[in-house]
Amino acid sequence: MAKMTGKEMVLEALKREGVDVIFGFPGGAIIDVYDTLEKDGTIKHVLVRHEQGAAHAADGYARASGKVGVCIATSGPGATNTVTGIATAYLDSIPMVIFTGQVPTALIGNDAFQEVDIVGITRPCTKHNYLVKDVKDLPRILKEAFYVARSGRPGPVLIDLPKDVQNGKAEFVYPQEIKLRSYNPVIEPHGKQVERAYRLIEKAKRPVIYAGGGIIISNADAELRALAQAMHIPVTMTLMGLGGFPGSHDLSLGMLGMHGTYCANMAMANSDVIIAVGARFDDRVTGKIEAFAPLAKIIHVDIDPTSIQKNVKVDVPIVGDCKRILKRLLDIVKDVGRPDEAWIDQHKAWLEQLDTWKKRHPLTYKMEPGVIKPQNVIERLYEMTKGRAIITTEVGQNQMWTAQFYKFDHTRTLLTSGGLGTMGYGLPAAIGAQMAFPDKLVVDVAGDGSIQMNIQELATAMEQCLPVKIVILNNQFLGMVRQWQELFYDRCYASTEFTMTPDFVKLAEAYGAKGFRATRPEEIDDVLSKGLEAKGLAIMEFAIAREEGVFPMVPAGKATTEMLLV
Amino acid sequence: MKHTLSVLVENTPGALSRITGLFSGRAFNIESLNVAATLDPTLSHLTLVTRGDEHIIEQIIKQLRRLIDVLKVVDVSEGEFVEREMSLIKVRAEDESRAEILRISDIFRCKIVDVSPKSYTLEVTGPESKLKAVIELLRPIGIKEISRTGNIAMMREKKTI
Repeated sequence: MAKMTGKEMVLEALKREGVDVIFGFPGGAIIDVYDTLEKDGTIKHVLVRHEQGAAHAADGYARASGKVGVCIATSGPGATNTVTGIATAYLDSIPMVIFTGQVPTALIGNDAFQEVDIVGITRPCTKHNYLVKDVKDLPRILKEAFYVARSGRPGPVLIDLPKDVQNGKAEFVYPQEIKLRSYNPVIEPHGKQVERAYRLIEKAKRPVIYAGGGIIISNADAELRALAQAMHIPVTMTLMGLGGFPGSHDLSLGMLGMHGTYCANMAMANSDVIIAVGARFDDRVTGKIEAFAPLAKIIHVDIDPTSIQKNVKVDVPIVGDCKRILKRLLDIVKDVGRPDEAWIDQHKAWLEQLDTWKKRHPLTYKMEPGVIKPQNVIERLYEMTKGRAIITTEVGQNQMWTAQFYKFDHTRTLLTSGGLGTMGYGLPAAIGAQMAFPDKLVVDVAGDGSIQMNIQELATAMEQCLPVKIVILNNQFLGMVRQWQELFYDRCYASTEFTMTPDFVKLAEAYGAKGFRATRPEEIDDVLSKGLEAKGLAIMEFAIAREEGVFPMVPAGKATTEMLLV
Repeated sequence: MKHTLSVLVENTPGALSRITGLFSGRAFNIESLNVAATLDPTLSHLTLVTRGDEHIIEQIIKQLRRLIDVLKVVDVSEGEFVEREMSLIKVRAEDESRAEILRISDIFRCKIVDVSPKSYTLEVTGPESKLKAVIELLRPIGIKEISRTGNIAMMREKKTI
């Protein structure tokens, strides 16, 4: 077998792993890899304007397509700039491989120019990472990295490549199969556990399915829908699970948790059996843990054993892949063959109660003359895109209003930073999603604070001719924090008011894109249609009501039944 | 409750750091930690003593198992096990106390590994309780310096990690 340089090995591995596009920004320590990639020309490289943008774009690409996202940066500041993006992917379990250049091995630990211990820095926020000290190890590491990134509970994997390793030569033997003696995620569940779960559900009078991001990762939406329909069980989704079950379905209760619907939170609080699938009982969902779901027996389906029994006591834990477990459950349902009417009768009173709750406190907002309400903008966006766009969001009120008022019916259509809550995620993620699906409509919903965090990526989008659409809900505030200050800090708006905001329309034009602004409700539809139908990137800015809040809200430390409704 | 965990981990740079980082990052407690290669030079054996209730210990074990480098985690203290620790203790040894130190050393089967006109250095091996006893007896005499290895442990009878 011929000898190959490390940089050639990277290229070869990318090809063999089916990588079409990578996102990155060059620098001294990674210039050799860039040289090889460019001279070969097979892999498309998207040049960003900040390495954080590269990480988020790789993330958005992965969430939208289901493939492993890849980004590349140089050593030192290039590497550290990716850390927020890596942590974002880590907390949401997104498959990603990050390549960073590193100073030559002889200089490591010497405080060399643009040297950082990126492996040390990212140890707590990567699923795994590698510093390649010997080019002979590189083929195995490359194969392992992609395998670890996409298998079990996916996550970001970083490979740190010293310059001399990139140029060193060794035989390239790319392993066909990979078997790590220390890593064997459990995919198939214990049959007995699934049966136990069925027995529990069979007797439940007030069951609820609580579905999270795991459904999307596992591509288990079809099985979830079939199961919910077969057993006539209502479904509530976490922020990460939106789209995993159709938001417009009769059995959908909407999102649960801190800013979830009244009905969803009441359902969890009054349920006798909760079927948690691909969700982790995060604090945004449980509220005060001691008061969470006091009446329910809990079935917890998850591929990661650490999530089970971490926050709440679980009665039937089932470790394994969601899709397979739901399929097994469906098989049991079919085998037992309970008639449809039996399920309907058993849950009739419960479904009626849920309907009463839905009608008593639906998601709502007050229209006011002359003032644009952000919820209205999202509703109109939903209607005008027929619910079929890929939506990315930033973080805060813009994110929550999108989760509430845009009904997601399909998986991989809402790309949002749930676990880390990273402002500045939406625009680069939209770039990643658009690269994955050049022909789909991709819309980033942003606040005026968030959009400025990675505003430089407008250049990336324009350079790639990506027709990303950006909706800016501008209230000249750091909205979500302002809401907390209004509710809990006597309206003391400490450092949350942006007295200086750029003219976003002029900013769009400065980047060669189109910009539109609405300041009155009558202008909403016009701005939305002009922006959505524009050829190429468009910013649609909406001057919204300044002190609008996201409701319902479960205040921190309160039980989920103690929702503020207005 | 004190728990002793035996961990088999890949002998790669950073593996240990990942384990200690896990503990500090999640506010788990490490009372003592001891690690060295096994007969297989690619594998290290790590003994970790930690404290926590049942729920915490379950999380610790699961989180350790989740690490890509970790092969196996066993809560040795769940069953019957042998536990040993070694300590080097430098004691102030002047006039009458010199004889007393030698007596204590004899009783506890310690070795004297260093002698000077004003001090003795003792090497003592045994379960934690024995070390505690020796230290308490030597404390009023005057301990100048102490170095402990932390526990290593092994399950009894046929059980192996």
